[in-house]
Amino acid sequence: MKYVIIGNSAAAVGAVEGLRSVDPEGAITLVSNETYHTYSRPLISYLLQGRTDRQRMKYRPDDFYETNGCRTLFGRTAVKLEPEKRSVLLDDGTALTYDSLLVAAGSSPFVPPMAGLESVEKHFSFMSLDDANALEQALFPEARVLIVGAGLIGLKCAEGIFGRVGKITVLDLAAHVLPSILDEAGAALVQRALESKGVDFRPGVSVKRFSGGSAELADGQALAFDILVTAVGVRPNAALVRDAGGETDGGILVDDKMRTTLCGVYAAGDCVLSHDLSCGSARILAILPNAYSGGFAAGTAMAGGEPAPRRTLPMNAIGLFGLHIATAGSYTGEVYQAQDAESYKKLFYSGGVLRGYILIGDVDRAGIYTALIREQTPLSQIDFPAVCREPSLIAFGRAYRDEKLAGKKD
Amino acid sequence: MAFTLLFPDFDILRDPNRCIKCRVCERQCANEVHQYDEEHDIMLADENKCVDCQRCVTLCPTKALRICENEQVFRKNANWRAQTIKEIYRQAESGGVLLSSMGNPEPFPVYWDKTLINASQVTNPSIDPLREPMETKVFLGKKPEMIERSADGTLKTELTPQLELKVPLMFSAMSFGSISYNAHKSLAMAATELGICYNTGEGGLHEDFYQYGKNTIVQVASGRFGVHKGYLEAGAAIEIKMGQGAKPGIGGHLPGTKIVGEVSRTRMIPEGSDAISPAPHHDIYSIEDLRQLVYSLKEATRYAKPIIVKVAAVHNIAAIASGIARSGADIIAIDGFRGGTGAAPTRIRDNVGIPIELALASVDARLREEGIRNSVSLVVGGSIRSSADVVKAIALGADACYIATAALLAMGCHLCRSCQAGKCNWGIATQQPDLVKRVNPDIAAPRLVNLITAWGHEIKELLGGMGINSIEALRGNRLMLRGIGLNEKELSILGIAHAGE
Amino acid sequence: MKRVYVNEEWCLGCRLCEYHCAFANSGKTHMASALMNVKIRPNIRVEDDGKVCYAVSCRHCEEPLCVTSCITGALTRENGVITIDGARCVGCFTCVLSCPYGCVRPTGQGAMQKCELCLTNGGVPRCVIGCPNNAIVFEER
Repeated sequence: MKYVIIGNSAAAVGAVEGLRSVDPEGAITLVSNETYHTYSRPLISYLLQGRTDRQRMKYRPDDFYETNGCRTLFGRTAVKLEPEKRSVLLDDGTALTYDSLLVAAGSSPFVPPMAGLESVEKHFSFMSLDDANALEQALFPEARVLIVGAGLIGLKCAEGIFGRVGKITVLDLAAHVLPSILDEAGAALVQRALESKGVDFRPGVSVKRFSGGSAELADGQALAFDILVTAVGVRPNAALVRDAGGETDGGILVDDKMRTTLCGVYAAGDCVLSHDLSCGSARILAILPNAYSGGFAAGTAMAGGEPAPRRTLPMNAIGLFGLHIATAGSYTGEVYQAQDAESYKKLFYSGGVLRGYILIGDVDRAGIYTALIREQTPLSQIDFPAVCREPSLIAFGRAYRDEKLAGKKD
Repeated sequence: MAFTLLFPDFDILRDPNRCIKCRVCERQCANEVHQYDEEHDIMLADENKCVDCQRCVTLCPTKALRICENEQVFRKNANWRAQTIKEIYRQAESGGVLLSSMGNPEPFPVYWDKTLINASQVTNPSIDPLREPMETKVFLGKKPEMIERSADGTLKTELTPQLELKVPLMFSAMSFGSISYNAHKSLAMAATELGICYNTGEGGLHEDFYQYGKNTIVQVASGRFGVHKGYLEAGAAIEIKMGQGAKPGIGGHLPGTKIVGEVSRTRMIPEGSDAISPAPHHDIYSIEDLRQLVYSLKEATRYAKPIIVKVAAVHNIAAIASGIARSGADIIAIDGFRGGTGAAPTRIRDNVGIPIELALASVDARLREEGIRNSVSLVVGGSIRSSADVVKAIALGADACYIATAALLAMGCHLCRSCQAGKCNWGIATQQPDLVKRVNPDIAAPRLVNLITAWGHEIKELLGGMGINSIEALRGNRLMLRGIGLNEKELSILGIAHAGE
Repeated sequence: MKRVYVNEEWCLGCRLCEYHCAFANSGKTHMASALMNVKIRPNIRVEDDGKVCYAVSCRHCEEPLCVTSCITGALTRENGVITIDGARCVGCFTCVLSCPYGCVRPTGQGAMQKCELCLTNGGVPRCVIGCPNNAIVFEER
């Protein structure tokens, strides 16, 4: 069997491991437009912070490709997919044939059209190792950095460069930070942490126009900066599949075995639409755990195995300036809320199951809540008020513990 | 009275260089002695509540704790000892009968410690138990006067029911109620594995323990708690309890607070009602009455089980035993005055009854004199502390021994003698669920098995040293004993010569 | 594969397991020197609501969500044991978010920690040795 994997990140690694769990022999070719050994993208902010280094941020050991018998074609981009010929064309003209192919092409930073953007000399995205390296090159101690976008990427970028620059300003069109994963009250805690460190956050504004090192904001103010980072969002790299006639809807459509609508073509990671079981709809779940598990399922299926059913939901763990945030699922339904000076907790439930949560500060054992969402555990079967107060296994009852902890099977 | 004249019996010493404030002591003390003071980040102790059970000492992971006798003294007085003074204070405060538990702790003579065992030299060779067979099995019950066999050698004599023990030891009566479910289960499991018996006491038999019936002695006492046909049939033998060494002449009283759940069900009495075992059996005022009960029980179980009559060792024990032997009982159990209890009035425990050694010697002698020794087996208890005590008891005439305190010690008991409080930190003498689980039968039962197995080995060694290869051959063989530091009267009662004679 | 099993029937809630765990992973030779005035961070924790109590530690799941979620590759499962490479871990807490038993926790020094079955502490988990009542056992099942 011949397998080709487009991509070299978590989904691709997952696919290699999935493939090898079923087929130790088949030929695997891995194509990546980057030239690095597989590394963990979320670690680029930690790299700038000095909390990891190039060696340690490798997602898998140095001998990963060798051990798994992978041929790597780094620095190449897949430009055209010809599913009827079971062939993929690379930018250097090479055509790779395959029995099955995985598109794990990830996503790309989305830079909205902003007037005068081309006049900005030091403009970066913050997504890849190259981005991080380029940004790092540009840093200097007095630098005034403007980050457009107060989402995960923008704030992690702020944390990554904090202490290495003079001033950081983050602005977002939304009314608060991390708008996609936090509510207003939770965001206020995070904002407080940012501001206590001297990070200037401006909610509800956008840039009207750039001109060189100055940004004219929608509210009329002018902001001078040396470095600009745009972190407004990402777009799935779905073009390869879409152009070959595969169905996409923002992201690539896949079934439960990660098959696209193209014969022999699979997809996984940030470029696909996943089923969010917390709300029941399909959406992009651009998070590493989802990429890995999707890749693993795809690899397993590509090699003819039966992938274990996946239960996917959005979930994010973020540390920002020492403040920990854990969120998962969807924020719909009734709410349990608890807050003190140190922490903030909000649990969302409807239809007798937990749908989502926001934890800030105390995130200890958050996985117990995640499991409730993932397993769609009927709340009537557990002591929900107790588990609301504190995530523990007490609420799950003796039978559950006997099975899980005591290893009793009946 | 706003203050007490009592001062704590113990000092709790906590080594600050070892204590890591893990609070294990605090969590493990049901008496709430230890307490963590959050404000000052220190461990405190209230010695007044300490009973010296040493649970905290044992579990302290850094061995930071020691419990010592409080050195605080009263002015020296050989007559008014500290204990006596404290008891007076206590009674002046409470107006009540002093309660104690476990065996008599007073310094009365222990005749086992004044008796020495013989060994063979030169003329009659000793036996190496590792090389030669050694029989520790005993059968308890009435033995026939003579054996008749038919021409083909088969036994013609009809034997009465016998209790078979692989070693001459049994766990004596401790009721479910006085001890916990798990302690009971541990005894049952161990007895079964060892091929010996344990005894239900007057608490009935929990339905979970019927499976251990072949190794169970079911007791019928003056309160008749938990007695029904199924119960009588469940055991290997039935014991009529007339008395107990720790509290001869009085009955028992398990307060209603302990009659909860399973205990109430097993005893067949309503929850919360006091379980009062009367001092006498109200249907037994004579040997003839006793005989009626013995035969009623035999009748009820179709003469298939030996009947034991248990009495406390009291002054005229020899005559009493003679009467019992004639009542139809198969086995007489005698409980000496150092025997344990889950609760007894202190004055009775410490002042009533006689030592088992003297009782045993005189009973054995009396039954022999009367020619009825073989119509009963003798089981003795009341502080049998080691295999040497067992061997001495057998040489004095016992068929087997009952042990209870030693068994409790094997399960973790530290003899703090506070059973009556029901808050046993070792999970034995309690019905409090969080404490009961401290005895895990999977740990406790093997410990009991180990103890009895070890004693079995030692008994064989002692027997072998005497050149004797069976319990049977040692029974009543008083030539194997010598007294030491005993007066003529004591020697004559024990029926042994003095060392050197 | 031998594993740690917890039987709450016998758990006394004494928390000795927690202290033995913290001691075992301290690198010290005496518990007092290891844990004196230290807020312990054991890999096994007792849950106790006053009615029931039992210890919880890593189940070393066959399909470990912590491992598949780990963004650095610091968490791995080999020969049935899930271990964490503290040098690679950046303390992102994704494993905390993923573990359904709440058994991965921060070391307090930036990385995460979890039960590794005392593989480097003599091979028999110290929580098992330290349990006074056989409520925690290390068994092949």
